[in-house]
Amino acid sequence: MSDTATVEGITPGSPAPHEYTPEEINPAYTPAKHYLNQGTTLKSWLTTIDHKRIAMMYLATVIATLFLGGVFALLMRVELLTPGPGIMDAQSYNRAFSLHGVIMVFLFMIPAIPGVFGNFMLPLMIGAKDVAFPRLNLMTYYVYITGAALAIWGMWNGGVDTGWTFYAPYSTTTISNVVPTLIGAFVVGLSSILTGLNFMVTVHTLRAPGLTWTKMPLFVWAIYGTAAVQVLATPVIGLVVLLVAAESAFSFGLFDPARGGDPLLMQHLFWFYSHPAVYIMVLPAMGVISEVIATFSRRQIFGYKMLAGSTLGIALVGFFVWGHHMFVAGQSTFNAGVFGVLTMLVGVFTAIKVFNWVMTLYKGAIEFSTPFAYAVGFLYFIIFGGMTGIALALVSLDIHWHDTYFVVAHFHFVMVGSVIMGFLAALHYWWPKMTGKMYSEKWGLVGSVFIFLGFNVTFVPQFLLGNAGMPRRYYQYPEQFRNLHVISTAGAFLLLAGFLLIAGILIESLLARRAAGNNPWLSKGYEWATTSPPDMHNFHEVPVMTEGPHAYETPMKKAEAHHG
Amino acid sequence: MMEIFSWLNDLLNLAEPNSTLAPRLDTLHWQVFALTMTIFFVLFGAMLGLFIKYRRKSPAQVTEIFHPPLWLEAAFILVPFLVFMTWFTIGFRDFVWSRNAPPDAMDVYVQGKKWMWKFSYPDGPNMIDTLRVPAGRPVRLLITSRDVIHSFFAPNMRVKQDALPGRYTETWFEAQRPGVFPIFCAEYCGLNHSTMIGNVVVMDPKEFDAWVDDSKRNTYASRIDMNPGMSEKQSTMIEMGAKLTLTKGCARCHSVDDDNAALPNTLGPTWVGLYRSQRKFADGTTGIADEAYLTRSMMDPMFNIVEGYPPLMPSYQGVLQSGEAAAIAEYIKTLRKDSPTKLGAR
Repeated sequence: MSDTATVEGITPGSPAPHEYTPEEINPAYTPAKHYLNQGTTLKSWLTTIDHKRIAMMYLATVIATLFLGGVFALLMRVELLTPGPGIMDAQSYNRAFSLHGVIMVFLFMIPAIPGVFGNFMLPLMIGAKDVAFPRLNLMTYYVYITGAALAIWGMWNGGVDTGWTFYAPYSTTTISNVVPTLIGAFVVGLSSILTGLNFMVTVHTLRAPGLTWTKMPLFVWAIYGTAAVQVLATPVIGLVVLLVAAESAFSFGLFDPARGGDPLLMQHLFWFYSHPAVYIMVLPAMGVISEVIATFSRRQIFGYKMLAGSTLGIALVGFFVWGHHMFVAGQSTFNAGVFGVLTMLVGVFTAIKVFNWVMTLYKGAIEFSTPFAYAVGFLYFIIFGGMTGIALALVSLDIHWHDTYFVVAHFHFVMVGSVIMGFLAALHYWWPKMTGKMYSEKWGLVGSVFIFLGFNVTFVPQFLLGNAGMPRRYYQYPEQFRNLHVISTAGAFLLLAGFLLIAGILIESLLARRAAGNNPWLSKGYEWATTSPPDMHNFHEVPVMTEGPHAYETPMKKAEAHHG
Repeated sequence: MMEIFSWLNDLLNLAEPNSTLAPRLDTLHWQVFALTMTIFFVLFGAMLGLFIKYRRKSPAQVTEIFHPPLWLEAAFILVPFLVFMTWFTIGFRDFVWSRNAPPDAMDVYVQGKKWMWKFSYPDGPNMIDTLRVPAGRPVRLLITSRDVIHSFFAPNMRVKQDALPGRYTETWFEAQRPGVFPIFCAEYCGLNHSTMIGNVVVMDPKEFDAWVDDSKRNTYASRIDMNPGMSEKQSTMIEMGAKLTLTKGCARCHSVDDDNAALPNTLGPTWVGLYRSQRKFADGTTGIADEAYLTRSMMDPMFNIVEGYPPLMPSYQGVLQSGEAAAIAEYIKTLRKDSPTKLGAR
């Protein structure tokens, strides 16, 4: 451990690290005043500019959207129990999968980890009092709520039946009213841009003394890479949804070949955003996994620079692979080849990450706790989902799999699987910090088993359905696909049971009032250096970062090792 | 060997293969599957070992710092890169193969429409939802749509290609055994997307030829030769194309026989020998006059003007239905320099 005076940019006389009182070192310590109990009125929450309170509002909101999207997923799975019509008609089914897709993609997966954990942890992890623009942060939340409300209202009233992809010319000629939902998606996109902008500026300007770029926690790197993609890619989806809305409302003929338009143009523009959007969802989850694996194996992360570099690599290459969604859509053979090769690079960057995470365990001190269980689940989904992604990008295999259940299963593994695993890992890992309360470790592990099994039982049959040739977005299907659909539906209910169990476990932790203490995981992460829940202003004094965020090669300081 | 193949196909629940493309795709599929499983078992086996060997001994245990050696970091990058690129080379080679129909392939025009498939044979009948093809002969599909985007998908043939309005896309396959196999629409197209299902009927080649002759005879018998009132259903595509060339005014600028081809004052390029020829454009670029080029030239003539001709041609967007554009293209294909007959030469 180096002396503060030797850290670059720090002059002697900087504020000394906070000295913990004996009371605070008690593992069951909860500060008398913290961000949750300073103002308990509804108004104090709705008008807060504290990043931690805004994060908690995002948490409540994304859980609501996850629930809503999940309900429509379950309705679809029940409908698909029988080959013919079941609990709903074809139009309702088409609306249900559109609702499921739009809600899960735009309202849950994109804001989930950056909105909740990015907001809460980013300032703590860089030793800042708040994000760079706290008022903008609150406004961003309300922009998101406005967009979400508009999109959901639009789907409820207009009955969008286009799928979340809004492919023209279907989306511009359908009798359902798609305009409010498109405007809603545009507004949500604006909130995503503002989030990215705020986080980028925060990382650049508010790092605590001593926190150089190569000492930043990997979660901060991941949020930073995500923010860059949000700022650069989201304007394009804004453009697309406005063009589709304008075409629907005023019939400009932009995507109508009968008037010289091009339907493929819409697909190119759509995927130019929506592919990078996959990394807006997955990169933060990867950041969470880096933190969790380091903490629970008590290990300096293996290949820190490679992990940080591959994050930026994915963010960059992710912009040039959109055409792999269009191998059989009518683009040229040459384009297909170029997009295929570039997609392999994403696979290489992801493989680097996987190898480094596994190598971090080597010579570590592993504790198989609930967040770690989700991290292992994440590795499972990223390996299988990633390898099916490589297989799809071999171009020839995509001919058979494109627009079948194989693709559905692939992106539910690699994108949804990793986001859900990352989200739940983050939720369990940082729950004690955010609430100051500890959940039951044993039941936490049981919950992770339910989620893991539920995911597999739901989506492995869908890989097999895709191999057999079952196309996606089918309300009815030939009899031979029935058995696998029944298994998949059973898996969806297992997943529901898992989520309800987790909700029960976390609510129980709040009711039982088991204090978590400042640092229950004995993590070296910077966010654990403050109280749980954190003070209104995060730290009592400006912290000085003298060692890296995963420096497990040095003993815990007395203040940190308050368990003993 | 065959047993292993069919066992692997059953394990992966792959649709029963019936095309020359299928074994290529399936072999690559098995390789990817096998290596994925190997990677999974090696990585998770190693992780299980590490969980046990390096389980935590004391709560605040200190672990030594470990700087990864350069060769290991290089291996993390190079090994996946080489494996992925090897597969990609195989996959892309097969993709290119699947995109380029053999020259002797039989053409069938495919038209998607909410919510049915229409198959037109250049010198035969039109069929709804049933595609008849001979076993053991390559068949090229020229695919378009009347309304929104559809996708022609025959899982047993491992063939899929989107059908775009206002544009022709193509793919091909060669079925190996007679039988009846499903066709699905794979691109979401609205209310009855899931019932836009057809069949590929693969026939013994001799039976297929007999069927073509038979349906030709029926078509000829029931039509009145070159009757202007003849409906689309009764005429072959080529006859329809020849008729449209006159009624839509194409022949005013484009010559359709050798005699006029050399006239200096023609406003547009001759159609004789046009198909599959190399075109040189006013902007210096070149291109091959395939079906996509012909269709685009009708709908958007200004995109490429052939060198030496004035940019005069109006767009036929909205004037020609997509089936009519296909019929004209099919007629142009019969106009060959070496061909004595102009009509039905194929």
